[in-house]
Amino acid sequence: MTGPYDFTLGLGDDALIAAQRLGEWTSRAPEMEEDIALANIALDQLGAARLLLTYAGELEGAGRDEDALAYLRDDREFRNCLLVELPNGDFAVTMAKLFFLAAYQLPLYTALAGCADERLAAIGAKARKESAYHLDHASLWVKRLGDGTEESHRRMQAAVDQIWPYTHELFTADPAAPVDPATLRADFDATVSAVLAEGTLTRPETGWTPGGGRAGVHTEHLSYLLAEMQVLHRAHPGARW
Amino acid sequence: MYGNDFAPPEDGPGGGLLGEVEAAEAALREAAARARRGGPDPDEDLEAYFADVIDADQKIEPRDWMPEAYRKGLIRQIAQHAHSEIIGMQPEGNWISRAPSLKRKAILLAKVQDEAGHGLYLYAAAETLGVSRDELVELLLDGRQKYSSIFNYPTLTWADVGAIGWLVDGAAIVNQVPLCRCSYGPYARAMIRVCKEESFHQRQGYEILHTLAHGTPEQKAMAQDAVNRWWYPSLAMFGPPDGDSTHSSQSMAWKIKRFSNDELRQRFVDMCVQQAEILGLTIPDPDLRWNDDRQSYDYTQPDYDELMRVIKGDGPCNRERMAHRRRAHSDGAWVREAAAAYAAKQSNKEKVAA
Repeated sequence: MTGPYDFTLGLGDDALIAAQRLGEWTSRAPEMEEDIALANIALDQLGAARLLLTYAGELEGAGRDEDALAYLRDDREFRNCLLVELPNGDFAVTMAKLFFLAAYQLPLYTALAGCADERLAAIGAKARKESAYHLDHASLWVKRLGDGTEESHRRMQAAVDQIWPYTHELFTADPAAPVDPATLRADFDATVSAVLAEGTLTRPETGWTPGGGRAGVHTEHLSYLLAEMQVLHRAHPGARW
Repeated sequence: MYGNDFAPPEDGPGGGLLGEVEAAEAALREAAARARRGGPDPDEDLEAYFADVIDADQKIEPRDWMPEAYRKGLIRQIAQHAHSEIIGMQPEGNWISRAPSLKRKAILLAKVQDEAGHGLYLYAAAETLGVSRDELVELLLDGRQKYSSIFNYPTLTWADVGAIGWLVDGAAIVNQVPLCRCSYGPYARAMIRVCKEESFHQRQGYEILHTLAHGTPEQKAMAQDAVNRWWYPSLAMFGPPDGDSTHSSQSMAWKIKRFSNDELRQRFVDMCVQQAEILGLTIPDPDLRWNDDRQSYDYTQPDYDELMRVIKGDGPCNRERMAHRRRAHSDGAWVREAAAAYAAKQSNKEKVAA
């Protein structure tokens, strides 16, 4: 299905929706240091989203810029994976989401940095450094919570169990894409297994494998997220901000 | 950083004040370089020594002797300043999810992140006075210490984010620039760092309002409405009029505070009038006019009864702001406990390995 436009749009949407969810944590984190860290990661994701969406708009050639793509598409036109649109839940759910996302984005951006498309290669080279930080941060929390108290272990395992089914969609084979996601699976599995083991956590069996995000078939959560994100922009058509 | 990507306006707000911050920083370095007395003589009166250091415009540092009231007053002031940064994340954080462009969203995220950083920096400065951050946070959550009254007002539209940057951060800078020269070294150094970033935030807010005021009629009306609602609460940020201010004279004598509430308020008004003209927005005070004799603007004082009501807890958002902070703290307790338990396990492992 995917040419460079769909591929770039999908990655841009992943980063944008992830940033939107992380931004919801602002002033609500368990520690002040974590408030800063989550805002920092949200800002990185948003930065990557802006670069990717701007490039996607150029590839499309229909005159849509980052804001047209972010604010004026409906949920059926968004191409993000389901994982990023899931609600934040408690801190363990947020860390499970971030951990799986970063464990996917790091090898993805690393591979992108070596791809033939110069723009995507430049974006990959910049974003992979940030992903490495995100992965480090989330891994530490998965370990802390997994191997912390009984309560935190229970919550971390529940979060991993809840989010795990949504990781499979990330690796759907797409040989035509600049980087075939299927090739990233081994790297992801190795990272995940090592961190979960250190956190005394169990990797769930693979059963249910929800998907559809890349085709614009989302969970019921995305429409609400977009309603909030887009409300002001849509209320003032054509305005500059 | 992705957010901070526009060039500062040539003569935008904060320009002159930023110069003052840099001058204070230079003065701080000079004071540190000047040969300082090596400490009080064995039979010297400690209070006299302390007074000497203050008179010579040297800085008091954490290990120096200081009057108990100086220490207590500073803890109160610095802590309340830190609390304000932390509570102040809420009104602006309220618009992160709805920011109208990705660039504005990035800038706002970066700003709120800066505020959390200021909070941490100030708590660290307070800790040099022998109190822990946890204790101070408890005092905030119990309602025994205050934060700035301004954060008890709601952000009802996007333009409020601009008005907070221009007016609230503007008032904060006018208040804080003199603190860059305050007699307590860690506080002065914190203020230098904070003021530099605040000055940047103020420009961003000004730019938001400028864009709105030169946009569609609806955008301009939104900007004017925000300025109308934030003007007097911002003026009230300087505290009660000089005659009613309880901490002033002692703070001045100790060179913690360097100007009175009314002096700083006047400086702020004079600064804003000119900027409002460039913005093309009106300051909501029909009696605002230039006074040739005083070479300053005459203006209508804020409603100090309202200020007192807000400080006592009856502003529009006091309850929500505190409930939000308490909820974040209590919802996060299990995470902090997990981090502590994990750290203890790791350090045990290291001991066993060693």
